[in-house]
Amino acid sequence: MDLLNMSILELKDLLEDKKISAYELNKFFIDRIKNFDNQVESFLYVNEKALEEAKVVDEKREKGEPLPEFAGVPIAIKDNMVTKGMPTTCASKILENFSSPYEATVVNLLKEKGFILLGKLNMDEFAMGSSCENSAFKKTKNPWDLERVPGGSSGGSAAAVAVRMVPASLGSDTGGSIRQPASLCGVCGFKPTYGRVSRYGLVAFASSLDQIGPLTHNIEDAALLLSIIGEHDPKDSTSADYPKKDYLSLLGNDVKGLKIGIPKEFFIEGLQSEVKESVENAVKEFEKMGCEIVEISLPHTEYGIAVYYIIATAEASSNLARYDGVRYGFRAEAEGLREMYEKTRSQGFGEEVKRRIMLGTYVLSAGYYDAYYLKAQKVRTLIKSDFLDAFEKVDVILTPTSPTTAFKLGEKSDDPLQMYLSDIFTISLNLFGGCGVSIPCGFDKQGLPIGLQLLGNYFEEDKILNLAYNYQKVTDFHKKIPEL
Amino acid sequence: MSEIISKQDVQHIAKLARLHFEESEIEKFTTELNKILDYIHKLNELDTENVEPTSHVLDITNVFREDIVGESLSREEALKNAPDKEHGHFKVPRVIEG
Repeated sequence: MDLLNMSILELKDLLEDKKISAYELNKFFIDRIKNFDNQVESFLYVNEKALEEAKVVDEKREKGEPLPEFAGVPIAIKDNMVTKGMPTTCASKILENFSSPYEATVVNLLKEKGFILLGKLNMDEFAMGSSCENSAFKKTKNPWDLERVPGGSSGGSAAAVAVRMVPASLGSDTGGSIRQPASLCGVCGFKPTYGRVSRYGLVAFASSLDQIGPLTHNIEDAALLLSIIGEHDPKDSTSADYPKKDYLSLLGNDVKGLKIGIPKEFFIEGLQSEVKESVENAVKEFEKMGCEIVEISLPHTEYGIAVYYIIATAEASSNLARYDGVRYGFRAEAEGLREMYEKTRSQGFGEEVKRRIMLGTYVLSAGYYDAYYLKAQKVRTLIKSDFLDAFEKVDVILTPTSPTTAFKLGEKSDDPLQMYLSDIFTISLNLFGGCGVSIPCGFDKQGLPIGLQLLGNYFEEDKILNLAYNYQKVTDFHKKIPEL
Repeated sequence: MSEIISKQDVQHIAKLARLHFEESEIEKFTTELNKILDYIHKLNELDTENVEPTSHVLDITNVFREDIVGESLSREEALKNAPDKEHGHFKVPRVIEG
């Protein structure tokens, strides 16, 4: 029984057919966490009660009592989604001992289906970063080379799935934070259309950009999880009133005649040659399937990072104002209230978070709002139009996910701007708001994973999922597991 | 590279953001912020005179619900993580003017 590459559905079948107990299944993954996570450091919190919860599932199954569909299947969650009974820290000192009184909608939806939460995963503090080096607690390592970063900010979510310490995880994506670590760690990472998944219980970073999505080792699991968590939520007024979809049932359609757009702006200097090669090989695979390859242009691509670092930081400066030591989290000693605010925030937040709050505060401040924030919002419109124009001509857009494979720990952490520039391929999707997935498409000479992105128009998750599914039928990059 | 914001500007922003920096940190932040802002200025290459701003990608407006009392956190739950509390209230240091 090769549990490592089984899909969630296959694991569910094993459980239902009593070929494995929930206890054995969860123990299998918990043992993998025990054996490998001291090297990878992807978990911030491991649920000690998981095995008890698994036993309860087994007892019920023995007695023939009704069980939810995925009872006993383990999963783990990025530590910026609130969970009851487990801490939620956002990898920040300012929330080090925070225990949420409520649960995120996505967590509720997974629990209703019977999933067992194995724990909370490491990330860049408040989701601000592209390497997991900004976590206040630990630096997750890339399991393919422990001296390299797993990517970020959902680095823990990607690394844990790559090593199969969990069969799947949830992450969040504001500027590429699911897709980029998925690419660097050799797993699938899906960002839904903005509004497809509820943000209730996702600690807010940039409210007009954030989305929760699955990281999995195969695309069917991404489709399945999306079907579960993708629904309108009255508790999130930015969640779209769009019907729930069974994305799994939409997999397997023929892709002959599907038009794939290749934006010329993404194939530039700075693109690692092996990345270019792998993506070009993937394009050939799609051509073999009968897809039509069309060269397109997304002319405002080069402005994406500038727009993002105005809008995201502005929204973040507002969203992080709540961390003031009053109602929850860390509080510094102080004589007076004002001093308490300043000390709490200065001691509680890491450098990158402070940097972004400062930037955001500046661009929103009196006298600068028009020059920066309003300007950025207008360029956002131009970027959005680029995509809408492109989707008039093509069904799906294909790009590399990251210009390079995983970089070394410490390599970019001294130069914030360098770190920001590594998001160039993922960022514009969040500004547009469409859906996108990164899937493994090769390895470089050093054995580091390479990912390609498939981007789709609003609510066209099924198109990109299906294309990815067809690709995974003829390739096996996604089945490779790093040796630790 | 011309300086876009000065150390004084940075100190002012820090105040607005309720952050406190040591002198050495102010230097570093000023340099870093200037570098980033310089990069951001590339947006001025674009003519956006007749472009509408996008604040949200979806066309959702005025999401209301009926004015009916629903579930809410209990006082206990709300105070659960309080660093300091008294008589069912959050407790904070006093406001010192100056």
